[in-house]
Amino acid sequence: MSPLAATAATTTTVGEPAVNIAIFGAFVVVTLVIVFRASRNSRTAADYYAAGRAFTGRQNGTAIAGDYLSAASFLGIAGLVAINGYDGFLYSIGFLVAWLVALLLVAELLRNTGKYTMADVLSFRLRQRPVRVAAATNTLAVSFFYLLAQMAGAGGLVALLLGVSSATGVGLVIAVVGVLMIVYVLVGGMRGTTWVQIIKALLLIAGTVVMTVWVLALQGFDLSALLGDAVARAGDPALLEPMQLYGATDLSKLDFVSLSLALVLGTAGLPHVLMRFYTVPTSKEARRSVVWAIAFIGLFYLCTLVLGFGAMALVGPEAILAAPGGSNSAAPLLAFELGGTLLLGFISAVAFATILAVVAGLTITAAASFAHDIYANVIKRPGEVDSAGEVRVARITVVVIGVLSIVGGIAAQGQNVAFLVALAFCVAASANLPTILYSLFWPRFNTTGALFSMYGGLVLAVGLIVLSPVVSGAETSMFPGADVAVYPLNNPGIVSIPAAFVLGVVGTYLGRPSREHDSKQAEMEVRALTGAGAEKAVAH
Amino acid sequence: MSTRPPTDTSPFEEMRATPEFAALRRRFRRFVFPLTAAFLVWYFTYVLLAAYATDFFAVAVVGDVNVGLLFGLGQFVSTALITWAYVRWADRHLDPAAEHMRHEVETALADRGDRGGRTVVPGSRA
Repeated sequence: MSPLAATAATTTTVGEPAVNIAIFGAFVVVTLVIVFRASRNSRTAADYYAAGRAFTGRQNGTAIAGDYLSAASFLGIAGLVAINGYDGFLYSIGFLVAWLVALLLVAELLRNTGKYTMADVLSFRLRQRPVRVAAATNTLAVSFFYLLAQMAGAGGLVALLLGVSSATGVGLVIAVVGVLMIVYVLVGGMRGTTWVQIIKALLLIAGTVVMTVWVLALQGFDLSALLGDAVARAGDPALLEPMQLYGATDLSKLDFVSLSLALVLGTAGLPHVLMRFYTVPTSKEARRSVVWAIAFIGLFYLCTLVLGFGAMALVGPEAILAAPGGSNSAAPLLAFELGGTLLLGFISAVAFATILAVVAGLTITAAASFAHDIYANVIKRPGEVDSAGEVRVARITVVVIGVLSIVGGIAAQGQNVAFLVALAFCVAASANLPTILYSLFWPRFNTTGALFSMYGGLVLAVGLIVLSPVVSGAETSMFPGADVAVYPLNNPGIVSIPAAFVLGVVGTYLGRPSREHDSKQAEMEVRALTGAGAEKAVAH
Repeated sequence: MSTRPPTDTSPFEEMRATPEFAALRRRFRRFVFPLTAAFLVWYFTYVLLAAYATDFFAVAVVGDVNVGLLFGLGQFVSTALITWAYVRWADRHLDPAAEHMRHEVETALADRGDRGGRTVVPGSRA
């Protein structure tokens, strides 16, 4: 055992919490200055929700990577690889390949058709009120699941990286993260949020690339030697084969297939990802955004593979599991092993910055959806609320969501909420993607079809989770005492995603097209493909 | 498309009815649909092999690098290639045609006092 493994097993922290806090503090100060500078032009809705549509494809692609690569990706996947070997890699491939759906079918057409939110696209040629309410409901549901998972994950990091383990201390740190996030989004709007995500993405990718090259250099850039050392340290050569994590039974394998389906189809239905495409001036820049996002995300996941096996080889699975935070501590412990206190401090600060950037993106998405879709277009009549009034409501919503996420994050401490990210992807793939694709590509698709698919997908995805072993009936369940688990898998995707696609077809044939169906369809189709009439960038 | 349009159809409906637009839509779909089908089939082949052909994935190729790892890295390579192919195609074939049609529709809209586009998505007047 290395000296680190010995200390990690006996004490609650590694490294120097003061260094971790100082580096994170520097990140906060720099980003706050940028956010305040960016806030000068955040008065109109196009500024507040879409950053004036003035980012370039490269900037937006970097921000997308910052938005998408959550702490669950960074710490979670490196940890999965370090403990379970190959199976962690399977996760990251789903997260990457999913971007092709966004690139080929969604990003450009959505940029041309919509304005601020996912609901803008879904309700474009359908009946405004019911479709907006459904789309906003799904946006809020997905964002809330995702947000809760991030805030709960922050608690685990606190114990590991800041040496705080009391419930009050953890709660206090979560509150600080939440308040910072509120300030960023309140002051900076989408422009400020985007800059936070860009800076965080660059730091995250720089950190992972440095660590990856370092790990490979120790092995003379021989991947095979790294893999050999890793499984020798773990004492199990089978870790290089798939299904160490998911392969226990036929059901667990099916669960893995179900998860894979949700991962690959979920990304292009995540509202906070879709909203980012409105921050660029044209559909061509939206295309460039996805290309940059794919480049950064692909590079990042290649690095996590090396980091995972590097942690397995240099730190060892036993020491990782013994550390506070369990498998999530693989990347921080590897950083300490390689570069000592300073590199650990950097990686810790990046992990907190990651949570901050991701929750900021989720919060502005949820706030935009409430203010634009529900308040300005359903509670009030369209056109009744001006742009400034809408932004005022969005800002109030930001505070409400921020407070809710702090409370939820504190309440979720000690709960096993890791399934929430997978659930968010599953709801996105079931409740959002079918309607997005049908509206863009199926002329006959109508309001009834959209409502069937959106509500059906949401109810099935959430309902099956409630009736799954995640919630009851197993030792690891939320309520191990109860047993209503009639659905045997942990992931509903394999049922809810095909079902939502079918429901969209059934609803469309049961419903009737509206009077303006054909002219709206023509407008959407021409606008989506050519960009005619698409929202322009704001000139300042 | 040069004749003055009757007033009860929008420039969008007129554009949709043109052979040029139909051709662009067909070209777009003929490019992206098969490509989407291909990468999904390739991805699920990989997922199913990982789940149900673990022995095959466990076969060592070079040292400790096995078939499974090469298939996984293959997904990264295919994603990069598809991205490159689509961007190249879209830059050469989609953008010039789309730009031309956008200009035509927006000119027609301006002639009629901007009836479409902006008024379609209700909400703020940002």
